Amino acid sequence: MKPTTLKYQSQAVSKLYFIGALALFVGQIVFGITLGLQYLIGDLMFPAIPFNIARMVHTNLLIVWLLMGFMGSAYFLVPEEAETELYSPLLAKILFWVFLAAGALTILGYLLVPYATLAEMTGNNLLATMGREFLEQPLPTKLGIVVVALAFLFNISMTVLKGRKTAITLVLLMGLWGLAVMFLFSFVNPSNLVRDKMYWWFVVHLWVEGTWELILGALLAFVLIKTTGVDREVIDKWLYLIVTMALVTGILGTGHHFFFIGMPGYWLWVGSVFSAFEPIPFFMMTLFAFNMVQRRKREHPNQAALLWAVGCAVMGFLGAGVWGFLHTLSPVNYYTHGSQITAAHGHLAFYGAYVLVVIAMISYAMPILRGREANPRRAQSVEMWSFWIMTIGMGVMVLALTGAGILQVWLQRMPTEGAMGFMATQDQLRFFYWLRMVGGVMFLLGLLTYLSSFFVGPGRAEDEVPAGALPRAA
Amino acid sequence: MSRGFTSQMARNIFYGGTLFFVLLFAALIFDSEQRIPKRSNAGELTPAVVRGKHIWETRNCIGCHTLLGEGAYFAPELGNVYKRRGPDFIKAWIKSQPTGAPGRRQMPNFQLNDQQLDDLVEFLRWTNGIDNEKWPPNIEG
Repeated sequence: MKPTTLKYQSQAVSKLYFIGALALFVGQIVFGITLGLQYLIGDLMFPAIPFNIARMVHTNLLIVWLLMGFMGSAYFLVPEEAETELYSPLLAKILFWVFLAAGALTILGYLLVPYATLAEMTGNNLLATMGREFLEQPLPTKLGIVVVALAFLFNISMTVLKGRKTAITLVLLMGLWGLAVMFLFSFVNPSNLVRDKMYWWFVVHLWVEGTWELILGALLAFVLIKTTGVDREVIDKWLYLIVTMALVTGILGTGHHFFFIGMPGYWLWVGSVFSAFEPIPFFMMTLFAFNMVQRRKREHPNQAALLWAVGCAVMGFLGAGVWGFLHTLSPVNYYTHGSQITAAHGHLAFYGAYVLVVIAMISYAMPILRGREANPRRAQSVEMWSFWIMTIGMGVMVLALTGAGILQVWLQRMPTEGAMGFMATQDQLRFFYWLRMVGGVMFLLGLLTYLSSFFVGPGRAEDEVPAGALPRAA
Repeated sequence: MSRGFTSQMARNIFYGGTLFFVLLFAALIFDSEQRIPKRSNAGELTPAVVRGKHIWETRNCIGCHTLLGEGAYFAPELGNVYKRRGPDFIKAWIKSQPTGAPGRRQMPNFQLNDQQLDDLVEFLRWTNGIDNEKWPPNIEG
């Protein structure tokens, strides 16, 4: 690595986070494929790795690697935006290893120790927080997440405080602080299941349809500023309007999870109306991305990063916006709630919005961290191929799950009398589950293609563009 | 975006809009909190139900099943299983796992004793009684 080519040397810590994030991403997909196969071969890996354990690993790895990606992105973005070195690069490095070790230990705990034993060993009887979807982590892990998050926020906030304050860092900081604050509700577990579920959504919904959207908006705006050179004033306005719409629709949109869990009936109206508007911020992101590309003031040599960014805006709109809207109105959700339709939406939304924005950041930052303005054209072409393979693979998966969901609703939910039972219905969905595997394997191949692009050198008669050789947008 | 519309104005709309909806949300949650006890028959929330919820959580049941439609979609909905199968079937089913039928989805055996099974069934019975807008549409969940 040639640190001299970085604008601020302390940005270099983000490299660690990006590599860690991508490694965990591979793990997530491997477990995802295992889960897909278990849908078809029910006793696969049983009793060594039952479905619930594999699923916990799959979803927890997703959360951890995305958080790692957000942190890495913040460590790269904030010094550049604040025009000052990171408050403490050493703290950032230490936190990475703490976070990685805690994550790895947790995953090993899931895989090697029976869950009930793990709960007993880790103090779940003192404060019961485990065994709730996505929040399965043992108490020490949850506390560790809080400590790492606070130290990270301290580091980032101090950097912003001593440097230039931009709309991007402000929105990013609000998103990251919001993320940490909402996570505190993971320690709230009332014995009344209805209240438990209500507070559980404070973490889950107000992360992915609230605070994370601020992070998404800020990262997207950063990549677009850097690659298109459009004026800050224009980009800032877009960013503020997008995050306004995200929170105005998303906060009361929480109500779309309150339809059928015992909450008062007025949430059917509040949730339906506000979540029906939730596609708007995502549609604005798509307009934003295309608009900025059209008004670009420079041809940035890293065209791959731009593809990931525009892809993120489009796929985020499709996954979070369109697939979310499909089943968000309460009369529709009455039939689709907890079906494969939900799974289809979850996969496309996470991929489109959050996976792609992290990869867009990595794609933009990694060449610079490795001492060049952009990757060689050959490597970029591999990267662009990987975008299409992953995206089409995800598309196949999501269409398959949507098909499975529609058939499931038709057989199991719609009939008032003589409806088919759950397992009998599952047998009818096998075609779609195989199709989902095709998409899943394709996705893994796309991911491996992406990773291979890091090792592709320049073609013959192609010179590398060193970082800093081109005037970079402020 | 017209000329007169500055990024400061956009920022103020963001702050104002967010604050307004945060407060509105907080008010609705406060109101919901008052109504939850009645909708969930909180009076019947016995120690056995609480112990049953703890078993439910520490065996990570949500990793395969849904409860009131939330969880994993690998195994049947259990919010209404008390009505669908009845207490004796539930206990016998849990005790007889795994079935070992080749190629079929398998549920682990959690070695629950009779007390734990009773508690779990109590939790499922109480959950079945929650007023949740008549979901699921039919008994199959």
